[in-house]
Amino acid sequence: MCDTCGCSSEGGAVLRKPGNSEYHVHITGHGNGHVHDHDHEHSRHHDHDHGHTHHHPEGHSRKIAMEQDVLLKNNLLAERNRGYFEARNIVALNFLSSPGSGKTSLLEKTIPVLRQHVPVAVIEGDQQTTNDADRIHALGVPVIQVNTGSGCHLDAFMINRSLRELDLQDNSLLCIENVGNLVCPAMFDLGEALKVVIISTTEGDDKPLKYPAMFHEADICILNKTDLLPYVDFDAARCRENAMRVNHHLEWFEVSVKSGEGLDAWTERIMKMVKRN
Amino acid sequence: MHEMSIALSIVEAVDAKAREEGAAKITGIDLLVGRLSGIETESLKFCFSAASKGSLAEDAVLAIDEREGTGECTACKSSFPVSFYYAECPECGSLAVSIISGEEFQIKSMTIEEEGE
Ligand SMILES: Nc1nc2c(ncn2[C@@H]2O[C@H](COP(=O)(O)OP(=O)(O)OP(=O)(O)O)[C@@H](O)[C@H]2O)c(=O)[nH]1
Ligand SMILES: [Mg+2]
Ligand SMILES: [Zn+2]
Ligand SMILES: [Zn+2]
Ligand SMILES: [Zn+2]
Repeated sequence: MCDTCGCSSEGGAVLRKPGNSEYHVHITGHGNGHVHDHDHEHSRHHDHDHGHTHHHPEGHSRKIAMEQDVLLKNNLLAERNRGYFEARNIVALNFLSSPGSGKTSLLEKTIPVLRQHVPVAVIEGDQQTTNDADRIHALGVPVIQVNTGSGCHLDAFMINRSLRELDLQDNSLLCIENVGNLVCPAMFDLGEALKVVIISTTEGDDKPLKYPAMFHEADICILNKTDLLPYVDFDAARCRENAMRVNHHLEWFEVSVKSGEGLDAWTERIMKMVKRN
Repeated sequence: MHEMSIALSIVEAVDAKAREEGAAKITGIDLLVGRLSGIETESLKFCFSAASKGSLAEDAVLAIDEREGTGECTACKSSFPVSFYYAECPECGSLAVSIISGEEFQIKSMTIEEEGE
C-alpha cells in the first residue's frame, strides 16, 4: 500500500517532488497491470470450458516464431526519449555507481558551476526517500525523484514519465542519477547520450573486473574520492587498467568531489558536449 | 531485482502475442540468452514462475538456450571464445577485443495451445 495516499498500488515506481509532499504519481512500468487484466479473462475462460463438453479440451499445439529482443519495449521507449532529447537539443547523462560512490555529491558540486552556462535539470533514482532530490532542490534547479520501490534500476518508461512532469528547457543539460547499483542499471538504456560510471577509492581497484558489464556499457568512468588515496590500499593506475581491459573506449577522469581536485576537467568535458550540440 | 522486471517483460510480450494468435494457453517459451548478457538463468526461471501467475504463460516451460561469447581482436582480426568482457587476444595479446556474440537476449519462439473445438 502507498503510504502517501493509502491507495492499494503495489510495486511500480512513484514520482515525487521535493518541497511538495502532496505530489506523487504512481507509474507502472513492466505491465504489472496487464497481468491483472489477464487474470480476469483467464478465469472467465475456465468457466467457459466447464460450461461445455469439449472433445479435445487440451486443444491443438502450435509453435510461433517471435525472434524478439526481451528488452525491446525498453529499447523502443529509450529511442523515443533519445529523439526527444535530440529534437530539443538536450544533453542527457546517465550517472551510475554502487551506493555511496558520490553521484549526488558530484552533482551538488558541479551543477552550480555548470548552470552558469547551461540550464540544468535532474532526475533522481532511489528505491526510497527524496533525500537526494532534496539535496538537488536546495541548489535551486528543477528535480524529480523516482522511487523505484523494490526495483533496482531506472528504466526508459520511468524517464519517459518523468520528462512529462519536468518542464525541460531547450538547449539544456539533464543529469539522471540512477539507483545505486553496479549491476542492473547497465542493462537498461534510458535514451541518454552518455553513461557515466563512478567508482570511488574505497571500493577496491578490481571493481571493473568484478562488475564488467557496467564498465563495458559506460562511455566515461570517473574515479572519485582521490583525496582518500593516501589512506586506502587502492591503486588508481591499476583500476584504470582494469577498466580499460573491459572497455578500451572508456574515457577516464580522476576527481575528488571533496577537495575539488580534477573537477575542472570534468566540467569542461560536459561544457564541450553542450556547446557542440 | 531486475530478473523480476525482465520476467514480467517476457510474460507481457508472449501473453500479448498469444492472445493475438487466439491461444488458450502457452505451453513453452524458447529463450536465447548469451553468457555475456548479464542474465542469471536460474534466477530468471525462479522469477518467471511468479511473474507468469494469472497470465496465459502460467504453465509454460522455459527452455533457455545459452550462447557462448565470441570475441574478435580489433588488431589481428582473429576470433575466439570469451567468457568475460575483459578478454585478451590469444593470438597477439591485444586487449582491444570486440564482442561479436554472447550478448543476445531474445524470445525465439513459443508453443501455444489453441482452444479445442
Ligand atoms: N572523502 C570523500 N568523501 C566523499 C567524496 N565524494 C563523496 N563523498 C562522501 O561519500 C558519501 C556518499 O556520497 P553520495 O554523493 O551520497 O553518494 P551516491 O553515489 O549519491 O549514493 P547513493 O545515491 O546512495 O547511491 C557522502 O558521505 C559523501 O560526503 C570525496 O571526493 N571524498
Ligand atoms: Mg545519490
Ligand atoms: Zn499513492
Ligand atoms: Zn537487479
Ligand atoms: Zn589479436
